[in-house]
Amino acid sequence: MNSAPTTWRIARLVAAKDLRVEWHSRIATNQVLPFAAVTMVIFAFALDSDAVLQRVAPGLVWLATLFSVLVLVQRAFAVEAEDGALEATRVAGVDPRAIYLGKALALGLQLFVLEIVLLVAAVVLYAQSVPLEGALLLTATLISATCGLAAVGILYGGLTAGQSGRETLLPLLTLPAVAPVLIGATRATEAARGTAGAVVSDGWPWLGLLAVFAVAFGVGGALAFGPLIDE
Amino acid sequence: MDTESRSPVVRLDDAVAVLGGFPALAGASIEIDHGEILLLRGPNGAGKTTLLRLCAGLVPLARGAGEVLGHDLSTERESIRQRVGLLGHHNGLYLDLTVGENVRFWGSTVGADDREIAGAIERMGVGDRLVDVTVRRLSAGQRRRTALACLVARRAELWLLDEPHAGLDATARDDIDAILRAAARAGATVVVASHELERAGALATRTVDVVAGQINPAAGEATP
Amino acid sequence: MTSTDSALAATPASPDESSRHGTGTKATRVLGVATIVSMGWLLVFGLGFSPADRDQEEAVRILYVHVPTIWVAYLGFAVTALCSGIYLFGKKKSLQLDRIAGASAEIAVAFVAVTLAVGAMWGRITWGVYWQWDARLTTTALLFVTYIGYLAVRRLGGSHEQRAKRSAVIGLIAVLEVPLVHWSVRLWRSLHQEATVLNPDDGVQIDGLMLFSLFVGVIAFTLLYAWLLLHRSRGMWMEDVLDDRGLDDALAARRAEAGGRPSPEPAGETS
Repeated sequence: MNSAPTTWRIARLVAAKDLRVEWHSRIATNQVLPFAAVTMVIFAFALDSDAVLQRVAPGLVWLATLFSVLVLVQRAFAVEAEDGALEATRVAGVDPRAIYLGKALALGLQLFVLEIVLLVAAVVLYAQSVPLEGALLLTATLISATCGLAAVGILYGGLTAGQSGRETLLPLLTLPAVAPVLIGATRATEAARGTAGAVVSDGWPWLGLLAVFAVAFGVGGALAFGPLIDE
Repeated sequence: MDTESRSPVVRLDDAVAVLGGFPALAGASIEIDHGEILLLRGPNGAGKTTLLRLCAGLVPLARGAGEVLGHDLSTERESIRQRVGLLGHHNGLYLDLTVGENVRFWGSTVGADDREIAGAIERMGVGDRLVDVTVRRLSAGQRRRTALACLVARRAELWLLDEPHAGLDATARDDIDAILRAAARAGATVVVASHELERAGALATRTVDVVAGQINPAAGEATP
Repeated sequence: MTSTDSALAATPASPDESSRHGTGTKATRVLGVATIVSMGWLLVFGLGFSPADRDQEEAVRILYVHVPTIWVAYLGFAVTALCSGIYLFGKKKSLQLDRIAGASAEIAVAFVAVTLAVGAMWGRITWGVYWQWDARLTTTALLFVTYIGYLAVRRLGGSHEQRAKRSAVIGLIAVLEVPLVHWSVRLWRSLHQEATVLNPDDGVQIDGLMLFSLFVGVIAFTLLYAWLLLHRSRGMWMEDVLDDRGLDDALAARRAEAGGRPSPEPAGETS
């Protein structure tokens, strides 16, 4: 018998599998991306003022991201539940930490692409622009916020997968938990693009918050995932 | 019959398992030896599925004692799972992935190499034309064979199959039988829950009745 | 999960006692009387003896409920976290710990609801608005929702052990979550505007009698919490016992069903 693969190797396998499922099914590409884009458009209908839109654009980008996280997490576990695959991974004794990290990685990559699209949408629809000196802060913010969102999303997605009332329980658990990400990422994005007189240096404390959040939930989630999906 | 002096693959002693408050298993006792193909028969709701899931370490043992592959069912369920393959009403496949991608995923989680995975696909007859087809496009029988290929790739030592013949045509059923016999010859222990008594009975080396959550030696058969 | 029948092992008292008397015991009755007496004291001091505040006038009396309820709620959440931790990491998986954790969270959530409700009234009178996006208020609101989520997870179903393990994990994750929320909200408010809110229990020059009334409030609500906790955790215990007793009956019925010997399929089908 070959040596058993490491947790990290299985995590990569799980992530590759999730991305391959998306490659074949194109659900996130064909449904979630348009959903997020439509959200950006209807924000404009609700707020109905160019000045207001320009002021709150960073918040709207992250709000649209949050909604999309909920949809993507549902999808990530619908794939597992469709033919009893999540249960099969439990029977197969696949390390739950590896499942957690792998699924979070795949979700994170999809989210990252989605956020880029939303930022482009903000540039086009809400007349946003990012000065060069803010680009580094913005990139770092995108990465750490994405990690935090994916860590929380997969953790609660796994808990609610296969439970009755999962569609409603997932947002109830997720939204209060990711409130710091919404606040932090929005403020950091505002700092990066200089909304309302903010300067780039205002953003770094927020980046610290986002990074601590991502690490705390990443580690906590990896440890908690096994007990949560087990019976 | 297996005459090895090793401890039995499965030993249950007055095992009780509860599903949502209902005692699906109400004190089941049985020993299953290496290389057996055991048939569980009994009406719907007798507890056959729960018995298989208990042996797979999926359902907790509420009372009684049990051991699978030398591991205690109440404390070492994690260790059991890695060596057991369960094929229930679901196949545990990713419908948007191809046959090859599914088998490769399940095989690589235990560190199987490409040769082993290709061998598993070949043995279950889902190679050639089928290997690059997404599972969603397969027939029930082809899906079942893909799931069995995953069990082979995962190197399961104890195969637990819930109604493996259900919904399949005659050819597919013959294929499943051949696959199970080959698995038993290769050293796996097979437990089958089935309604298809003529078919599964011919396949099995031993038959027991599951009645109201308990296990009795099959009527008309000597207790081993 | 480790001890197979811990559900039964964790029920030391005899079931007869509980079935005769409900959830009351001598201890809860003494506690109950003490709670009523101290609530009476709180009424007398809070509404009668303590003076009106110079700035807040009569509205200050709301604080004798507002402040003690949130303090006791924090105590309740701490008890939940502690019991969850002991359950997860301790050797003996006692379901009693899980029930105390659950009961404590339920009571604490109710207390936070009271805090928020009377706080909004106080805010309307003192600040002219029901709500301020102040760090403390926002954190409290998120804390409230977080523990509503915890209570929802407790009701997901499954075996007692499953419920206990799952909710213990969520109980500990909440401990991870709350400081992060607090940190982010603090940073948010401090960067954007100085706290415009005067801190209610910051006590500029708090009157002795007012302080005493607050103290009576804390005692009264702590007693109320303890009294509710005993009753609710015993109630949860009885629900569990009822479940288990149902299992015994169901098991007996299931065994009797098989007692008539199996009715085998027609002979000849077995090989």
